[in-house]
Amino acid sequence: MKRIGIDVGGTNTDAVLIDSSTVIASVKSPTTADVMSGVVNSIEYLVKSHPEVVKGLDAVMIGTTHFTNAVVERARLDRVAAIRIALPASASLPPMVDWPADLREAVNPMRFMVEGGHEYDGRPLVPLDRNAIREAAMQIRDAGITAIGITALFSPLTAECELEAAEIVTSVIQDARITLSHRLGRIGLLERENVTLLNASLQSLGARTVDAFREALASVGIKAPFYITQNDGTVALAEVAATNPVYSFASGPTNSMRGAAFLSGRANGLVIDVGGTTSDIGFLVNGFPREANNIVEVGGVRTLFRMPDLYPMALGGGTIIDPVTGKIGPRSVGFRITQEALVFGGNTLTTTDIAVAAGLVEIGDPDRVRHLDSDMVARHLAGIHAMIEDGIDRMKTSAEDATVIAVGGGAFLVPDRLEGVSEVIRVPHAGVANALGAAMAQVSGEVDQVFSGLSREAALAEAEKIAASRAAEAGADPATINVVDTEDIPIAYLPGDARRVRVRVVGAIGSEPSRRVE
Amino acid sequence: MIREFGADEIDPLAIGAWILGTGGGGSPYLAQLNLKQLYAEGKTCKLIDPLALEDDDYVAVVSKMGAPLVGQERLVDPAHLARAVLVMEDYIGKRFRAIMSVEIGGGNAISPFLAGAVLDRPVVDADAMGRAYPEAQMTSFAIGDLQMYPLSLVDCRDNEVVVTRAASWKWMERISRRVCTEVGSTSATCKAPRTGKEVKEWGVLHTVTKATRLGEAVLKARAAHEDPIAAVLAHEGGKVLFKGKVVDVDRRTTGGFLRGAAKLEGLDADRGSRMELAFQNEWAIGFRNGEPIVMTPDLICVLDTVSGEAIGTETLRYGQRVTVIALPAPEVLLSPKGLEHVGPRAFGYDLDFKSVFAA
Repeated sequence: MKRIGIDVGGTNTDAVLIDSSTVIASVKSPTTADVMSGVVNSIEYLVKSHPEVVKGLDAVMIGTTHFTNAVVERARLDRVAAIRIALPASASLPPMVDWPADLREAVNPMRFMVEGGHEYDGRPLVPLDRNAIREAAMQIRDAGITAIGITALFSPLTAECELEAAEIVTSVIQDARITLSHRLGRIGLLERENVTLLNASLQSLGARTVDAFREALASVGIKAPFYITQNDGTVALAEVAATNPVYSFASGPTNSMRGAAFLSGRANGLVIDVGGTTSDIGFLVNGFPREANNIVEVGGVRTLFRMPDLYPMALGGGTIIDPVTGKIGPRSVGFRITQEALVFGGNTLTTTDIAVAAGLVEIGDPDRVRHLDSDMVARHLAGIHAMIEDGIDRMKTSAEDATVIAVGGGAFLVPDRLEGVSEVIRVPHAGVANALGAAMAQVSGEVDQVFSGLSREAALAEAEKIAASRAAEAGADPATINVVDTEDIPIAYLPGDARRVRVRVVGAIGSEPSRRVE
Repeated sequence: MIREFGADEIDPLAIGAWILGTGGGGSPYLAQLNLKQLYAEGKTCKLIDPLALEDDDYVAVVSKMGAPLVGQERLVDPAHLARAVLVMEDYIGKRFRAIMSVEIGGGNAISPFLAGAVLDRPVVDADAMGRAYPEAQMTSFAIGDLQMYPLSLVDCRDNEVVVTRAASWKWMERISRRVCTEVGSTSATCKAPRTGKEVKEWGVLHTVTKATRLGEAVLKARAAHEDPIAAVLAHEGGKVLFKGKVVDVDRRTTGGFLRGAAKLEGLDADRGSRMELAFQNEWAIGFRNGEPIVMTPDLICVLDTVSGEAIGTETLRYGQRVTVIALPAPEVLLSPKGLEHVGPRAFGYDLDFKSVFAA
């Protein structure tokens, strides 16, 4: 099984070539402004250094920041139409009410609020106004908009209204690209609607990005299918991933965590991924990142959906230390580290310089930091360690000592001994753990919905079936699919023995995917 | 005596109200968004000093009522709060001079502003708690044995209910809660109308200004990179009780309330000590190394040690660095009758109230 894994980070684009679980080659290159050319450069390097792999390659897995960047830069976004089915409730706070003005302008939305939706106990709020939806669809069609987000009141509990609205819209706009909120988000109307509309705004970029990757791979002779990495640490076939770009928002840190799990052989524990500018601390549970239950801001927009629980810190290998005040960060020299850090002949004191001076790592020219006062070095090192200890402690869920796996290009900043930590695990290839995590990724399928009128066993079986079919659709080999997570909560206030069932399955990528890329 | 409430006072009011919410009262976020929307549409609010009310003026007391989860989908709407006021006016046949909040702590601090902006009536600079509390009888009006009926309740459809009479505060709570559940567990209510005389006599006065100035002090400290907690303490004459990190949170929902306890482990000067905070929606009692050191009605606030932001009982989680402070309670809550309603025994703790501010 030969695969290429690529992870585009803020500072570096990393790529690895693996054969089963052996790393054959890896490359780290600066992330380019257009992202794509950096990816192409990395692939070209791997292909040129190992020309034989092109033929036998089974898959390419790409983790990219394209979609997050688009939201942060307010660029390359589609014009969207929002249909909210909740009137007469929630009328005073229309769709996108809490978006930053510049982002709202960038998606230049048409917004509709119509009557319908459900109560928390499954009763309709008021009858669904089908005519209003048809009317909205015609206006959307006339405006030439095809990216549409539909959000109904309490749809995570009762999805009926969204499904029916989608049917009506599709009958009016044949090429509509519709995002339904119950497929993405949880209870919390504004936050769920926000992520739905972000997803709608990224439809064209999703399709274009996948096309561009396909061309890039073809240009170096790669015909293997390719996948996009997801927030939950798995991958989806590129075409499937392109329809849900929000699921790629946090794939970078997730890839690092999956890589850390693979490299260390540990399925549980904390992972600290130290990059050039920032570090992310996450928590592995059964080999996958723990999910966040709280609101996560993306580009200034409050969202609540499937995202990993991460604690970001402004600490990386390029973080600048103020020699006068001793303040560490938050600024970083970033990718300019090879010009600006002391060990590279520059004039800026960075965390890497301190680590080199302390003899923790050999980078650049150690003679250039030999003059640093040893007390000062010890003091700054203690400051860095205190930041890491604090961050790790915030991510723990109990007071027990935890295992920490240190990865990323700046992993040398993590000391062997930390308060509240039983063991710091270091792994080979730690600098490209993210790309490895991408390369090793499996395909997942998830279902999170309310079932009623079924016994518990029947509901679980039904949920498993749906999750498995979603995994297969996303590129999993049906024979390898197994359940990794099941949760069911009876909902006392819903009629018909209702329960909310969440099932997550993963499977190996199919050797003969149904939609192999030509 | 009556002044414009500025658009730039909305954020400070929300921040101050969230601190005075003492862990409960619900996040003011959605109400704050609504008020900003109204101001953006050109509507504004006036704030009236309660002492400027005539004795025979009528004042509407508004609040939203319902389950927090439902409030995340069926979002608070100024039009409904305004309708609750109009329904009440219609029922009693009198015009309200102004509108006030039942509790200054949390999201309901902003409720009278939403109704006031829609109806163009001033908001009274007062409330009936000076903080937040979970139950209807835990108000200064209840402590004053004022009449607790009638109550109007409206939902987002065309449903309007008036509870014309109730045998006690508890009965009023039970009946209105039942109606609220039937319309989907969220509603806008206008509580028993108050006269200007009653507000002046039994209201907790000038709490809107207090919350707003408190929020301003926090924002100013943050902008100047100064300690926002020090700013809160200086502004309110508060006391630091404990500085530490959260090591355990135990929550359970019983009887419609969020109950539980949080355990903190000391940092800095408190290293080696432990603190346990018991809550029922709001923080109720604090135990240091097992000894009760702070209790309701003193305001117990848990703030993020760095940002000074208030942390609610719903959102507190393991690993957070927090500072526990106490702020003085309004006089009316400290009277013997007040303590019957909101002292430790009202929350099931067999303790004699002792204020951290007692000499």
